[in-house]
Amino acid sequence: MIQTAQQRPAAASDPFVAAFARVEQARAGQPSWLFPLRKAGLARFAELGFPTLQHEDWRFTNVAPIAQLPFRPLLASSVTQLPSNFIATLPMASLAGPRAVFVDGHFAPALSNLGNLPKGVKVASLAAALVDDAALVQKHLGQHVRDDANAFAALNAAYFQDGAFIFVPAGVVVPEPIQLIHVASSREAGATANLRHLIIAEAASQSTIIESYVAAVDAPYFTNVVTELVAADSARVEHCKFQDESTAAFHIAALHATFGRASNVWHHSFALGARIARNSIRTRLEGEGLECILNGLYLPKGNQIVDHHMLVEHAEPRCASHEYFNGILDDHAKGVFHGRILVQRGAQKTDAKQTNKNLLLSDTATVDTKPQLEIYADDVKCTHGATIGQMNDESVFYLRSRGIGTELARRMLMHGFAGEIIDRVQHMALREVMDKIIWERLEMNPQIAERK
Amino acid sequence: MSLLEIKNLHAGVDGKQIIKGLTLTINPGEVHAVMGPNGSGKSTLAAVLAGREGYHVTQGEVLYKGVDLLDFAPEERAREGLFLAFQYPVEIPGVNTTYFLKAALNELRKHRGLPEVDAIEFLDIIKDKIQLLELREDLLKRSVNEGFSGGEKKRAEILQMAVLEPTLAVLDETDSGLDIDALRIVANGVNHLKRADNAQLVITHYQRLLNHIVPDYVHVLFDGRIVKSGGKELAFELEAKGYDWLIKGHKDQLQPA
Ligand SMILES: Nc1ncnc2c1ncn2[C@@H]1O[C@H](COP(=O)(O)OP(=O)(O)O)[C@@H](O)[C@H]1O
Ligand SMILES: [Mg+2]
Repeated sequence: MIQTAQQRPAAASDPFVAAFARVEQARAGQPSWLFPLRKAGLARFAELGFPTLQHEDWRFTNVAPIAQLPFRPLLASSVTQLPSNFIATLPMASLAGPRAVFVDGHFAPALSNLGNLPKGVKVASLAAALVDDAALVQKHLGQHVRDDANAFAALNAAYFQDGAFIFVPAGVVVPEPIQLIHVASSREAGATANLRHLIIAEAASQSTIIESYVAAVDAPYFTNVVTELVAADSARVEHCKFQDESTAAFHIAALHATFGRASNVWHHSFALGARIARNSIRTRLEGEGLECILNGLYLPKGNQIVDHHMLVEHAEPRCASHEYFNGILDDHAKGVFHGRILVQRGAQKTDAKQTNKNLLLSDTATVDTKPQLEIYADDVKCTHGATIGQMNDESVFYLRSRGIGTELARRMLMHGFAGEIIDRVQHMALREVMDKIIWERLEMNPQIAERK
Repeated sequence: MSLLEIKNLHAGVDGKQIIKGLTLTINPGEVHAVMGPNGSGKSTLAAVLAGREGYHVTQGEVLYKGVDLLDFAPEERAREGLFLAFQYPVEIPGVNTTYFLKAALNELRKHRGLPEVDAIEFLDIIKDKIQLLELREDLLKRSVNEGFSGGEKKRAEILQMAVLEPTLAVLDETDSGLDIDALRIVANGVNHLKRADNAQLVITHYQRLLNHIVPDYVHVLFDGRIVKSGGKELAFELEAKGYDWLIKGHKDQLQPA
């Protein structure tokens, strides 16, 4: 028998490579520079394969259940099975402002509302922008993804079909939040939406952008999203990511962000759903005197895993980065927080702060929290702190001593723990919606009422 | 009827005996001061009265309004009008001060069969009290005690007392860490809340506070017992002579054989 390369043992990544033929067939309608990018992504994915627990960046989160799914990339826009009022029922829908809706990875114009944008502001489907704004998209797409070792980002590069393109020109203020709402509606196991967003906030512009991921079905689908965000000099950007996927589903997200001189950026991550949710957050602070806040809240229960894996790279002097992540974990849930702060030589007067606090509502919930500081400048202030524990007895007693019963005291403290994070949302209407969503979610927890 | 009767109380925490036979009676309309050096058991007494978990009473009894106080949970005691101003007020991030205080007030009102107050009524109530304590109104929008200065925390405790209008207020070293202006504000607040039908138990290490809150009785606590009681002049005597003359005999008893 003749040995060929095909006869090596099958790798978990093989079906993911095989499906690429269908992407290749569709290349004709797309700009010529895109296909090499895709091919490079595919090659990188084939080379890396799915990460295992041996991989330093994936030590605490086992993605084998994703590798074991049948791979069904959602390459074509399908007729949606969404109930007609589905979007209207979402709490986020109460927010005014432009809204781009995506269903199973594809832009759904009928569900979107992109009228009345301030002059020069663009909010469009990426598929359309590849043609309509080819120069701008080509300049940025894929250029901000620096973490070459992320197999999921490579997979996304190979397969993405659509997503959002947002452009806010220099000096323009967009008062209302720009919403990107992704709805999963496929019941097929392994149905994969490779979603790609590109957000460009030019110098001294101001905007609020919300990415929501919700589900119309309870099924083991897979959302694999990559967002590239550029906040240019003196831009003020609030970027909020809200994830409330099906608890049977998988959600892998990467944010690759570049911040310019004297910019102000808030990134919020609210993680409520998914069986496994991973947020890789890569921020590069590459202008002097900027401030960014990375702020997150995760509420896993059952067997859910929520993983935040951050890299904050200080490349220039006098920048401040503050990370605040709180988790409330119940049942057998698991939280992972890996916060790497990298201070480059020359990034003097860096002020980097990181806190990760975890409230365990059950004895079986677990947290892995790992700070990692790499500092190559000598005049910096870097602090980190992590706590993992049950509800603070001192605080419960303080509230009880004021006449508040144990049950209400515990609820107040739990809401407060979440409130700390919610209160950092700058856009008031968004803060109110988040507050309502989180409050209701926490109130649903039967544990709170039972424990005395 | 006395408001509070502590009879031969023995109590401790973590297996350690701290209060060792303490007797004290407080009637409505009275202000009592408990003084004593650090470690004499003052905060332990306050904790036992407020019902803090982990404290055990091994002997004696505490009657409040004629019933056994120790049978009740901390929140039930509070609803019956017992208030403790903490020596170290707890910071509670994320819990809004207004929300917290309104909830506390409404728990008390419910217990007394009174209608709950809404947000607008509550703001009405709190406005005057904020002024009484000379606090900034924006403090109400902040999380409970979070990021408050030492002085603000103590004043906020008295603000809570002003809102909850307790029948028996226990103030645990409310003066510690206050400068003279803040001390005057706090004392003024406490005096303002004094009525014929309530009482105050003022715990302090220094005589200083008692220049502003004039007690009817002063008790000296040492090693878990009251070793001397007297009128307000006892506080001046302590100020002049210190504690040593009072506790010397007791110290000798404490020496291991
Ligand atoms: N949890 C505890 N475990 C053991 N000893 C304690 C504990 N709390 C207080 N003590 C001890 O009890 C004594 C009295 O403490 P405390 O009531 O706080 O005194 P004061 O308030 O008068 O300074 C001190 O010796 C203190 O160290
Ligand atoms: Mg004390």
